[in-house]
Amino acid sequence: MDELEKMLLMQVADLHKVPDGAYNIRKNGEADGRRSTPHIRIESRKDGKAGIDIFVSGETKGESVHIPVVITETDYKEQVYNDFYIEDGADVLIIAGCGIHNCGEATSEHSGIHTFHIGKNAKVKYVEKHYASGDGNGENVMNPTTDIRMAENSRMEMETTQIKGVDSTVRTTRGVLAAGAELVIREKIYTHGKQFAKTDFSVELDGDGAGADVVSRSVAAQSSRQEFYLRIDGNGKCHGHSECDAIIMDEANVVAIPALAANSVDAELIHEAAIGKIAGEQLLKLMTLGLTEQEAEEQIIKGFLS
Amino acid sequence: MLELQHISFVAADGDTNKEILDDVSFRVEEPFVAITGPNGSGKSTLAKIIAGILTPSEGRILLDGEDITALSVTDRARRGISYAFQQPVRFKGLTVKDLVSLAAGKRLTVSEVCSYLSEVGLCARDYIDREVNASLSGGELKRIEIATVLAREKRLTVFDEPEAGIDLWSFQSLITVFEKMHERTKGNILIISHQERILNIADRIIVIANGKVQKNGSREEVLPGLLASRACPVLAK
Repeated sequence: MDELEKMLLMQVADLHKVPDGAYNIRKNGEADGRRSTPHIRIESRKDGKAGIDIFVSGETKGESVHIPVVITETDYKEQVYNDFYIEDGADVLIIAGCGIHNCGEATSEHSGIHTFHIGKNAKVKYVEKHYASGDGNGENVMNPTTDIRMAENSRMEMETTQIKGVDSTVRTTRGVLAAGAELVIREKIYTHGKQFAKTDFSVELDGDGAGADVVSRSVAAQSSRQEFYLRIDGNGKCHGHSECDAIIMDEANVVAIPALAANSVDAELIHEAAIGKIAGEQLLKLMTLGLTEQEAEEQIIKGFLS
Repeated sequence: MLELQHISFVAADGDTNKEILDDVSFRVEEPFVAITGPNGSGKSTLAKIIAGILTPSEGRILLDGEDITALSVTDRARRGISYAFQQPVRFKGLTVKDLVSLAAGKRLTVSEVCSYLSEVGLCARDYIDREVNASLSGGELKRIEIATVLAREKRLTVFDEPEAGIDLWSFQSLITVFEKMHERTKGNILIISHQERILNIADRIIVIANGKVQKNGSREEVLPGLLASRACPVLAK
């Protein structure tokens, strides 16, 4: 693995070396290392599509799986299907992410379709980071799709982060929750230049006691554009909360279109949305502490997205 | 030492111009100088002019002899002016530790942040990782605001109504904060206040009314008159 590939791995998976536990590293469409453990089995798919199946046994407690993807070739496009089978009662941390470095003229594109089958009482923490760099004119495109099916009383916490670099992204997340299941999503996005990011969340709260908490924080700078779509369907005695908070700068454009659908009289659904520029008094306060206006802006954004 | 020379400030009020400050001159030489006066007399405007947030229409501001009238907020802060806001600012995402560290100009250790928070009467452990956002009460925000200027330890600190919103925390604690601050910085503290107990520790009291300096003298000279006029509403007019 060369320096560039190591840098990308650092960015998306905080990996400095081969990780402990189970992992699968995918580099320019090929496997670049894989390890299964007694509790976590990783296999190539058998249906001919690119990607892997990850089986997490019910015995798993506090183990991690790293499945980073690295692309350093220009004009390279792939669609990868990863399926996670999480057995009842498992407790696992999954770290996925995609790093693209494109110094060519053509577009490089990664579309990851992740499907989670989460068993009863299982706990999953899923961390996903997207990062792209490059000194050519070629675009970096990532379109992650996450499909989450949660059985009774399971819990999933998803952290998804995309800071700069990605020119175009359509991020689709679907969740279907059985009784007592809980889904927490934290999204952070920073776009600049002429980038475009579209987020599309939809969550079906099917069972009694199901709950979802979806919070998106984003910063849109320069002439970038963001679209945020969200829909929570409450089909029983459930609670759903969503929040979309965006800082808009320069000539950027942010559209937020939340929807709540209560299909049961017992559904409790809340949405909060705020889009606005950095408040002048926030800049002033930090300037009275000795920061320049630009430093103040950086600190406010860093805090907002941390 | 801070010196204001012939400061005037005119604000646009619809189609007309309104004179907020008119030829205000004074010096801040003693450790504690208080500015008092009726609401709307221009006191907060004066504090903002000293911090560089507002630019005076006329006049000069000198800090230890250097003319800082044309300097930005940032440059004045770097020259040693601290300013505690009357209405503290909320930040989504920045933690108390982040804000106090930014004020100190370096990454502080947990125990350093804790010591500043304890000085303003906050149990540090409960606050250090809290976001400086709407989840904090007005009184908590105000104390964190005071902690940020404490952490700066500069030669001139301006407090704009530090007692406002201080809730259950006592004035005596606030006064202890000022005294400790002076011990450390050996600088000047300029306090805008209506509170008799704060005026009681001032070495000098300046009374501003209708944008002008009405009185400027030692506490002994000014305070008795102030208290007498407050006791009698007819005289106060």
